[in-house]
Amino acid sequence: MAKERAIPAPMTNPETEAFWDAAKQGKFLIKRCTACGKAHWYPRAVCPHCFSEKTEWVESAGRGTIYSVSVMKRAPEVYAVAYVTLEDGPTMMTNIVECDFDKVAIGDKVVITWRPTKDDGPPYPQFKPA
Amino acid sequence: MSIKGKAYIAGAYEHPTRLAKEKSVAQLHAESAVGALADAGLTKDDVDGYFCAGDAPGLGPLAMADYMNLKLRHLDSTDVGGCSYIAHVAHAAEAIAMGKCKVALITLAGRPRSEGHSGATPRIRGADAPDTQWEFPTGIATVNAYAMVAARHMYQFGTTSEQLAWVKVAASHHAQHNPHAMLRDVVTVEQVVDSPLIATPLHRLDCCVVSDGGGALVVVAPEIAKSLKRPLVKVIGAGESMKGQMGGAVDLTYSAAVRSGPAAFAEAGVKPGDIKYASIYDSFTITVVVQIEDLGFCEKGQGGKFVADGNLISGSGRLPFNTDGGGLCNNHPANRGGITKVIEAVRQLRGEAHPAVQVKSCDIALAHGTGGLLGSRHGGATLIMERE
Repeated sequence: MAKERAIPAPMTNPETEAFWDAAKQGKFLIKRCTACGKAHWYPRAVCPHCFSEKTEWVESAGRGTIYSVSVMKRAPEVYAVAYVTLEDGPTMMTNIVECDFDKVAIGDKVVITWRPTKDDGPPYPQFKPA
Repeated sequence: MSIKGKAYIAGAYEHPTRLAKEKSVAQLHAESAVGALADAGLTKDDVDGYFCAGDAPGLGPLAMADYMNLKLRHLDSTDVGGCSYIAHVAHAAEAIAMGKCKVALITLAGRPRSEGHSGATPRIRGADAPDTQWEFPTGIATVNAYAMVAARHMYQFGTTSEQLAWVKVAASHHAQHNPHAMLRDVVTVEQVVDSPLIATPLHRLDCCVVSDGGGALVVVAPEIAKSLKRPLVKVIGAGESMKGQMGGAVDLTYSAAVRSGPAAFAEAGVKPGDIKYASIYDSFTITVVVQIEDLGFCEKGQGGKFVADGNLISGSGRLPFNTDGGGLCNNHPANRGGITKVIEAVRQLRGEAHPAVQVKSCDIALAHGTGGLLGSRHGGATLIMERE
């Protein structure tokens, strides 16, 4: 496996602290709105679908399918950015890791994996082949 | 209420530099303003409206307006990335139509080439932006954001690297006639697809240049335009919009042009088939394909087939585009290509494009741009102009 890129620490804020606290326990939370019932990504206090403020954190199994992916060749360590559509509904921007960069493709099934981040930041959610 | 016929583009100037190590950004803005006012036959003291975006140094429009010592009654620093200046023309026309100003100056400048910027390097677009904590750690840059759009377009519609390459080939055919263009060599489809992969599936030659430079436009009230000696380029329609991730309902197959385009065509009272020349933002080859579909020049998903076989080349193709060589070959000052899109459209409508690429009887032209990242969240602005 090639050397992996060091991941910048996410700049958290009060609105998102619960996500990153859960991440430290290996739990992947997403936001769901109790008014309209829809999940969304990235997590917000105000539902982007119906504008209700009644959103709650729910745990996701972190399973999904690659919607699109691009392998960055022009970088010191090759890496893949992707959009993954979660089984919970929303599509999120992330990375695909622990994969063959020549074969990773749209439609591949993936599962969450956590990576440490720089400066003792919270772990960051990425995906690997399921 | 409409801006149709309420304002004219009287001055347009593209700074000739592509590498400005010895100049400041403010200086490039001001030199571009000097050029556009001279082109119009107006002076600094005629300017009563000023428009700029995030490339202008300082707080909004204040520092540059003060540097140029403008006396203003209207200011606007709308920033929707590289297409801001296309939106500024519309905003200037709105302000003129409402009597808020009569001579609006728009400037853009930057020196990303001197400063060593690259579209392959991730950069934070606002540390406090709500998306930054989720997306910056992925290493999202410019090129891989657009590359994900290309990957999805290929997957969903069968678009090929060779079809994307035709966009670059057409731009290079035009750039060979532009003495200021950074890249003047005509390239082939094979050269594009054989160039190194930067972010799959985009190759080096699918990407625009990184250049220093600037540009400026002068938008004026009808009575002023008619008092000047330049050909009359009338603003007849405009639209603007944005598109994001829709709370996780990500769809990379279309752009904000699906809203800005129809709004502009409706206001202008023309159809895609009426457009004789189109400036289409070409940060990457895929950007052109998606926008051409969304503007209605072809069906969704057919953009790859549409751009192939030289269909964008002036003189032979159905839709002559970016006859200055565009961002892919000529110039992408400040990493923001919107103003050069309007400038080349003005040249075409005036009959002042290079004779080898001048579109015959060019009476209606379109300029469209995308700002920000097509693959995450972006602005879109469409402008339709007519030679009177």
